[in-house]
Amino acid sequence: MRKLWQDAKHNFGNIGIIFILATVGGWFIFMILLPQLIMIDYSFRPLLPLRKIGGPEDVYTLKNYMVLFTTPLHRAIFFKTIWSSIIVTFVAFAICYPISYYLAKMARGARFSLLMMGIIIPYWINELLRLFAWQLILSDVGILNNILMFLGIAGEPINFRSGNSAVILGMAYAYILFMIFPLYNAIESLDSNQIDAARDLGSSWFRIHRRIVIPHAKPGIAVGCIMTFMLAAGSIAAPLLLGSPSSFWFTQLIYTNFETANWNQGAAYAMVLAGLCLIFIMLMLKLFKVSLKELTK
Amino acid sequence: MKSNTVLQIVIGGYLVLFFAYLFLPLAFMGVVAFNTSSIPQVTPWEGFTFHWFGVLFADSQMWQGLGNSFIVAFFVVIFSVSIGLGATLFLTRMRFKGRDGAYAILVSPILTPGIILGISTFLFWDKAFHLSGGLWTAIMGQTTFISGYCMLLIMARAQRFDKTQEDAAFDLGATHGQVFWKITLPFLRPALLSAAALAFMQSFENYNTTLFAIGFEQTLPIYIGSKLRQFISPAMNALAVVFIVLTIIGAAVYEYRRRRESVAAG
Repeated sequence: MRKLWQDAKHNFGNIGIIFILATVGGWFIFMILLPQLIMIDYSFRPLLPLRKIGGPEDVYTLKNYMVLFTTPLHRAIFFKTIWSSIIVTFVAFAICYPISYYLAKMARGARFSLLMMGIIIPYWINELLRLFAWQLILSDVGILNNILMFLGIAGEPINFRSGNSAVILGMAYAYILFMIFPLYNAIESLDSNQIDAARDLGSSWFRIHRRIVIPHAKPGIAVGCIMTFMLAAGSIAAPLLLGSPSSFWFTQLIYTNFETANWNQGAAYAMVLAGLCLIFIMLMLKLFKVSLKELTK
Repeated sequence: MKSNTVLQIVIGGYLVLFFAYLFLPLAFMGVVAFNTSSIPQVTPWEGFTFHWFGVLFADSQMWQGLGNSFIVAFFVVIFSVSIGLGATLFLTRMRFKGRDGAYAILVSPILTPGIILGISTFLFWDKAFHLSGGLWTAIMGQTTFISGYCMLLIMARAQRFDKTQEDAAFDLGATHGQVFWKITLPFLRPALLSAAALAFMQSFENYNTTLFAIGFEQTLPIYIGSKLRQFISPAMNALAVVFIVLTIIGAAVYEYRRRRESVAAG
């Protein structure tokens, strides 16, 4: 401890130490640690009228968490959210892998900067407005229905928004940048000679990707999948704008609890969502055999 | 040779499809803003109009949301860049056990769904300081994870830092302050600037965290969200056009400057 202090003093001086303590300490204590602890505390307490808070009934309980298991509808929504978020992640990966590879290994010069800009530009437009664009496309009087009816494929408007597909489609559209950049960074760091050598030795393109590019890009794939899954499972904008009553998302359950001022129930479900994302991160780290350190390079 | 041509066509076709997927929805949304029809749609086309821009600009709530967004973003940029810098110095210069653990804790907000950060921030300030949701809690909630992004950006550059420069300055009798202002800060400046830009964009566009943290106040995304969930008006398309035009101008300016710099450098 003493050595640590001397080390810090040697490195930063007194003002430096104060600056670091204020910034990192403030961040850790007031934004990360205490808010999470308070939320956990809320999640284990029952919802009580104000005058009973602190009274004999205000004891720790698992009740808020049990609601998830005892309410079939909530349970169904929970698993639906997991499943749909996995689909979003897969779709985003399928759309983004080729473009990431193309940008990293094939595009050059002016063409590269033009494409790169083309990918970034849509992300300067608010997420809600990007989802709104899909709302306009998929609605009953939307462009897609107009085209289908004009071509005679559909006799009457198809309700695209009845199931989960509109939400999934909107999410895959809204979050692809978070898939492209990790993939691009990972593939870009691969030595192109390895690809050339494999091609010269007669490897098919499929084999090159399976045996060389994808293994090398593992950390990037893991980051991309983690970010996309987390954004999808935690998204409130996409289900609010593109969803229908039959596509209720787990985040909407949390939102409803907060709208009705049931903080305790909302906090418990928020904890469940956090736990879900943590498990997904662990799984991806195991699956791709990478460490957290490599992830955020 | 023949398979090469096929490959070229496949790649070209994919690129066209990919960018159509990316841009057609936005183009379509933009066109709708100029249709007279009060329901946002392209068909039937009832005539060209700028009317919806007038409706948008006459909406005082929009201006209030915009103002709030700037206030929130201003503080988020200052807090996040400072925290990112502090965390970078802390993690790159100090050698101690549990450094990896500290690192994991500090990046964890990035990997946490935004709504959870919003909820916990709201509950914390309410419980600990009896401060109910507003611009301050929105600033705190956003800073929680945006600081993480700033830290990663600044750290990436700090890792390339040649520490012997600092050592030399110390040997020549420079103070900590002098070394920081004359050596460390100039080296980190590009990373600090891009961190500030990223923090601004992230804050300005944030919906998830803000929705839960902000209580009854409104930033621009919260305003957009409430509009889109009520009666949908082409005024929102007009807003999208404003965003698109500003973005294209920004991209053009950036590209122009980049080219001029590369000409100057080359």
